[in-house]
Amino acid sequence: MPLIDPTVVDLSRLQFALTALYHFIFVPLTLGMTIILAAMETTYVITGKQVYKDMTQFWGKLFGINFAIGVATGLTMEFEFGTNWSMFSHFVGDVFGTPLAIEGLMAFFMESTFIGLMFFGWDRLSRPAHLAVTYLVALASNLSALWILIANGFMQDPKGASFNPDTMRMQFNSFVQLVFSPDAQAKFVHTSIAGFVAGAMFIMGISAYYLLTNRHKEFAARSIRMAAVFGLISTLAVVTLGDALGRLDDLLQPTKIAAIEGLWHTTTSPSAPWLVAALPDDKTQSNVFEIGVPYVLTPLITHTFDESIPGLIDLEAAAGPKILNGIKAIDALQQYSTTHDAASLATFKQYENDMGYGFLAQQNAPNQDLNAITPAEMPAVVQQTELETIPNVFVTFWAFRIMMFLGFYFIALFAFVAYFSLKNQLENKRFLLKLCMFSIPAPILASEFGWITAEAGRQPWSVYGWLPTFQAASSHNVGYMIFSLIGFALLYSLFIAAELYLMFKYARLGPQSHDHAAPVSGTGALPMFAKPGFAAKSWE
Amino acid sequence: MEIYVALKIIWAVLLGVLLTGLAVMVGMDMGVGTLLRFVGKNDAERRTALNIIGPHWDGNQVWFILGGGAIFAAFPTLYATSFSVFYVVMILLLFSMIMRPVAFEYRSKVDAKSWRATWDWAFLISGALPMIIYGAAFGNVLEGVGFHYGWTGQYYQDESFLSYLLNPFAVMCGVMSLSLSIYQGGTFLMLRGVEPIYSRARLFASCGGLLAAVIFAVGGVWVSHLNGYVFTGVVNPGMEATPLGGPAVAVQAGAWLNNYNNHPILWLAPVLGFVGMLAGTLALRLHLKVLAWWLGAVAWAGTISTVGFAMFPFLMPSSTNPSQSLTVWNATGSAYNLGWMLFFAAVFVPIILSYTSWAFYVMRGKVKTETVVNDPHSY
Repeated sequence: MPLIDPTVVDLSRLQFALTALYHFIFVPLTLGMTIILAAMETTYVITGKQVYKDMTQFWGKLFGINFAIGVATGLTMEFEFGTNWSMFSHFVGDVFGTPLAIEGLMAFFMESTFIGLMFFGWDRLSRPAHLAVTYLVALASNLSALWILIANGFMQDPKGASFNPDTMRMQFNSFVQLVFSPDAQAKFVHTSIAGFVAGAMFIMGISAYYLLTNRHKEFAARSIRMAAVFGLISTLAVVTLGDALGRLDDLLQPTKIAAIEGLWHTTTSPSAPWLVAALPDDKTQSNVFEIGVPYVLTPLITHTFDESIPGLIDLEAAAGPKILNGIKAIDALQQYSTTHDAASLATFKQYENDMGYGFLAQQNAPNQDLNAITPAEMPAVVQQTELETIPNVFVTFWAFRIMMFLGFYFIALFAFVAYFSLKNQLENKRFLLKLCMFSIPAPILASEFGWITAEAGRQPWSVYGWLPTFQAASSHNVGYMIFSLIGFALLYSLFIAAELYLMFKYARLGPQSHDHAAPVSGTGALPMFAKPGFAAKSWE
Repeated sequence: MEIYVALKIIWAVLLGVLLTGLAVMVGMDMGVGTLLRFVGKNDAERRTALNIIGPHWDGNQVWFILGGGAIFAAFPTLYATSFSVFYVVMILLLFSMIMRPVAFEYRSKVDAKSWRATWDWAFLISGALPMIIYGAAFGNVLEGVGFHYGWTGQYYQDESFLSYLLNPFAVMCGVMSLSLSIYQGGTFLMLRGVEPIYSRARLFASCGGLLAAVIFAVGGVWVSHLNGYVFTGVVNPGMEATPLGGPAVAVQAGAWLNNYNNHPILWLAPVLGFVGMLAGTLALRLHLKVLAWWLGAVAWAGTISTVGFAMFPFLMPSSTNPSQSLTVWNATGSAYNLGWMLFFAAVFVPIILSYTSWAFYVMRGKVKTETVVNDPHSY
């Protein structure tokens, strides 16, 4: 069975990464803003103060501009597994597709149906009913994240399924193990709350702009206080959960944690330094330079003072026997696929757990045929494959650090803003307010780098230990990939331009209070963002 | 009957239900999108038409997303193969589908003629193209698709994408699908719309219903001469789900009518399809809008089950390697997975249907132009 053209694999990876990263510009804001909108509307329903309704509606408007592209680009994600990762879909669809389908049934239907009522139902629903609708949207968008990250959790740590040689795929066998996969659960909380941080920063930044320009001051002061407190709590939770994820990766994905820490050699003493900065060189498998703080790494990763952390070079060596077993497993499996005999099945079963390493070795075999490896060639094949069992260290190391440094920056920023806001001294702190404004994209950037850490750090696997990424793609030709890449690039560029234009336009315009007590036909109600003469205009 | 076989059949039925729900609900929005430029002659009228489906398009669209997810989970091999084999067509579908949410949210947020005209074109493309592709997919699958599998289950494509785009039978199916969606969208515009949208929508919907009926009849005759697929080897419905090493399959002209000849009761499906289209058109001539909307749903259900009954148990036959054709027996998920999926569907589908109905109830009544242009929340 020939391998897929490496150019097609690279282009498929590029397309998936670009469309996923692009989708994830909009997701964190959706996750966070729905929660904050629910909190604002709750305050409105309890206090009855118009300013909180204005807040809900204004931030809701900006939320809507963001949400539309989130939905649009989410469509791409749901279908891209099938269009570009056919082997992946075949190999794990029986277990990976299930959380995606449940996400649709349980969460996305609810979110999308009620979001219509949230935007259009202000005059048709009672206050508590509308509040309930807003809560359901917030609940559903976060439930969505839960099921998506359960699916992602399976790629990181395949739990709840086993390989079936008769169907040549992994088959679902434990709902509980799939859903309560520790990686999925920790990542869900980590990612959702990272979204809360993004939502809080967004509101804080735009409110800061109003304070700086002396507009909508009461509105902005209330918004910024809510956002700063909420953001501070959320960032602390994100960092805590991130630490828990690190501990899990140490146990489940040692290659990822070693790459994150730029750790080439297994630690021998608790004094091993945690690297603040380094220049990992993937070719020579060493760090060109490094700045570290001793005695931090071991307790940080293992939560103990005596456990050692395996380094990448030692992990590569440890993969050697697995590669040998994997090659035997794949040979036996191929034999079994034509003969269905008990002997090859028994051989396969013996080496089954390492079969992924056999897939991995295929690209180094003569003519990409594992059967054709002679005993003399075997050591070279194994040695070459060992080097391919670890991710790109430079990317993983720096993606993680950018995310983490940003996280600590957020804690400081939220803490200062919350402190001065509670002391009513915020308006004089112009530098701080400007910092808030320019920090709006930062949490989204942090989320993106978090995704890169998780997914680049998982390489060379699409399903950790079972299916290498280069085996998972669809067997397209290069022309197809160029066609879709150009199309996505064009459309997505136009979208982001339109999105930013509208965001700036409506953020600059700012909130405008108006009373919604008017009846549905509401001729008395003023459009919130209308320009003079807007309503009457028609282009006959 | 073996539990696994029962689960496979239940999921084949649910696939039909899902494809029907998708066609009715998404098709309705697509129909409105397609008609937007024609039922609305000026900006205020177009905004009115948009706001008729404004509160509902997002929820409806989840039928499409759920369609992807459910096929992924319940028919993994079908998902893996069909989406890749139809790559260029699927990508065109995606491009047009992703324009739509943005078009809804952004169109009326800028008060400039060229901006809005651009988004109106986006509505036309993102309404018409997906419905044509949706119908054409059925046409291509009925004719058989060129693919085969390697020993690991990786698919290989044996045909150029042009044979799917330029296939006359498939294009005809696409036009029928578009006609039905124009019917469904037009009917909903009548339900919620006022003059002059009402009368224009009524005209287009009537044409859509009649055109669909004509194509359905022509398609029926065409299919009776088309190559169908039949098992010639021993079939074991409870088999492990893999397209590799299954029973032999032969290609025979007219074989898609075998199920109908063996079980004449199945003719009820095409009859329902015709009743839906013709009685529906009659109903909207008589201004019975609610009845006409439901008859449109009957027309879709009849059409999709007509195709399903003709092909059962085939899902996507392979024209280049017929014994690797995907069927209800060899393309599903495992019994454990189908069981859990059935549990979630049984719990959540009734919940979804209730809150969807509630949302339509809350937003009931005519959408008036002056309300739309004065409401800050409208599209």
